[in-house]
Amino acid sequence: MQAIQILIDGFAISSLYAIGAIGFTLMFGVSGVLNLSHGAIMVVSAVAAWAVAGALPVGPFGGALAGVVTGVVFAYATYLLVVRPIQTSRTIPGEEKEIFVLTGTLIWGIMLAEAVAYFFTNNPKTVLPLISGVVMIFGERTPSNKIMTAVIAWAVIGLLWLLVNRTKAGKTLMAAAINPRALTLLGYELSHIYLLVWGIYGVLVGLAGVLLGAFLGVSSDNVGTLTASAFSIVVLGGLGSVSGSLIAAYVVGYLETFTAYLIAPSIRTVPVLLLLVAVVYIRPQGLMGRR
Amino acid sequence: MKEISHSKRRATLLASVLAGALALPLAAQAADPIKIGVIAETSAISGVAIPNGAKLAAEEINKAGGINGRMIEIVEYDDHNSAADAVRAFQRAGNQDKVVAVIASYVSEVVLALQPWSARMKLPMITPGAASDVITQRVHDDYANQKYVFHGYLASTQIADAVCEAGKDILVTQMKVKTAVVMSEDAAWTVPLDEEYLKCLSGIGIKVVDHIRLSPDTTDFTPIFNKVEGLKPDVIVTGISHVGVQPTVQWQQQQVPMAMFGVSSQASSSTFWKDTNGAAEGVVFNMVSAPDVASTPKTIPFAQAYEKKYGITPGYAGYTAYDDVYMYADAIKRAGSTEPDKLVAAMEKTDWVGTIGRIQFLGQDSKFTHGMKIGPGFVSGLMVQWQGGKTVTVWPADAATGKLRFPANIKLGN
Repeated sequence: MQAIQILIDGFAISSLYAIGAIGFTLMFGVSGVLNLSHGAIMVVSAVAAWAVAGALPVGPFGGALAGVVTGVVFAYATYLLVVRPIQTSRTIPGEEKEIFVLTGTLIWGIMLAEAVAYFFTNNPKTVLPLISGVVMIFGERTPSNKIMTAVIAWAVIGLLWLLVNRTKAGKTLMAAAINPRALTLLGYELSHIYLLVWGIYGVLVGLAGVLLGAFLGVSSDNVGTLTASAFSIVVLGGLGSVSGSLIAAYVVGYLETFTAYLIAPSIRTVPVLLLLVAVVYIRPQGLMGRR
Repeated sequence: MKEISHSKRRATLLASVLAGALALPLAAQAADPIKIGVIAETSAISGVAIPNGAKLAAEEINKAGGINGRMIEIVEYDDHNSAADAVRAFQRAGNQDKVVAVIASYVSEVVLALQPWSARMKLPMITPGAASDVITQRVHDDYANQKYVFHGYLASTQIADAVCEAGKDILVTQMKVKTAVVMSEDAAWTVPLDEEYLKCLSGIGIKVVDHIRLSPDTTDFTPIFNKVEGLKPDVIVTGISHVGVQPTVQWQQQQVPMAMFGVSSQASSSTFWKDTNGAAEGVVFNMVSAPDVASTPKTIPFAQAYEKKYGITPGYAGYTAYDDVYMYADAIKRAGSTEPDKLVAAMEKTDWVGTIGRIQFLGQDSKFTHGMKIGPGFVSGLMVQWQGGKTVTVWPADAATGKLRFPANIKLGN
């Protein structure tokens, strides 16, 4: 029975990790930006979904939609207010820009977290579950919302796959990831591609935040952990590799669930960190990294 | 003649200006406010209730003329739930802002870090919400140095006893509970709490089948609840304060069939219902005062004034912080001074009916030196339950405003 519990719980949490991490890795792959305000935007989106669903008669789906829109708005705000000014700056030397982007997004994330704590307190908020109730899976009582979380996550991953592999815009995205210079030589405007990738990122991060908020609840105190968890998954999978992140999300999700069930819930993240150290030693490019 | 009168007049003018200049600071001193420092984590529900409650009390005292004509000024510091920030705030409060006394924090770890500074700087301090037994233990063991510290909330052991006393009636008699799992967060305040839980639960005939200490960083409680469910206890006895919303929501979403009963500090504010989207339904928790129970004639007027001013009902430390300002004011009035030793001596003689009950501090003969007297006629516990968006007091019978009611999925003992 415990095996089934681990299987179900691990799958749900891993799917959730996957959409958060895929956004993070896609962003790095296409535009070279490691966005350290990732966790903050997730929390802002979840809190927005909670606040809108609480204040307006829009129901759980209306709230969730508001959360995703908030994710997109804050993703663009991050790009236009923090990342782009650094990238286009003439005073910051080119080789230091990456460090500036890291620091800039980190500070921006802290500002967002503090703002959430100031306006909404650091008490955790929970987003209304999209569907309520429980279903029995092999005799295990499972919240329907947990299944819904996994279904939505996989639907979004599927859509993303279609977008990247079957549309022109998606193919340009991949091209930008592989060789941005060649793309500009072919007459593509890189800044348009960046706007597209930040938009996709916003949807993914907003959705990840909303689903997390409905699944476990979020607080402004979680911002650092959420960024760190996305970062470890992406490093484990190989920076910039979408399929690597997908696999890594499941490795991390299941490893955590195993630990929580079979050893102790209080050390749930420890084995993942050990694994991360091992990967960095033995295979620094990550599971699927190209280098 | 004319000359003389002119110079005379000038001299008089000069003299009066000089006298005025000298008198000015004297007059200012008489009207100088008496400053009380408030150190708390203002982004937390339980934390923000501390400055809010204190400010409300100061406003009322000032409106009624202050302390012998001197106004009370509350100086606020946000410690971000960090002991280091709190210590810096405490030093600043004493050395720069010249506060005469401090009201500090609901987190035991923070209060324990401030305690040596209170002793070193001889700056009286009271905590409206921390619970660790070690606070009063230190005063008891090293009275000469530590006497500046007062405990304005129940010690963990006393809280556990209050929960067990209510449990005898609610759990054993009404719900026919025979077994329990104790589930507490890993923190300084729950060490003595759990120790006493294990003792007093078996004392009322409940068998504790497991004792879980969870990390306050836990976000996914599914494995914990699954484990608890596997043990098939009749009830979960809680000791949680840093966590609250998340376990409650997951308990409801998973439809864990056992009631949660005990301490759940986050549940003590009205925002809890909204934060959990109503998952709080059925949660039973301990409080020393509730917005709907007239523990004293002051409780309900305070809760109403607080809600009117801040839009939410006070978290548990709001009641005590409000009382603390009044007790300091009363002690300063009786001592006729803000001098630390005189203030402490006056505080020890406190006999104040506040919002949580009649408050007197225990002496050196008790192991809870400078803790509050607990029991009927003084401060005693209530059990409160979330029902349909409202908190309803369900115990003791003479204070109850409603009957115990659980969601359908909760199986009661049999």
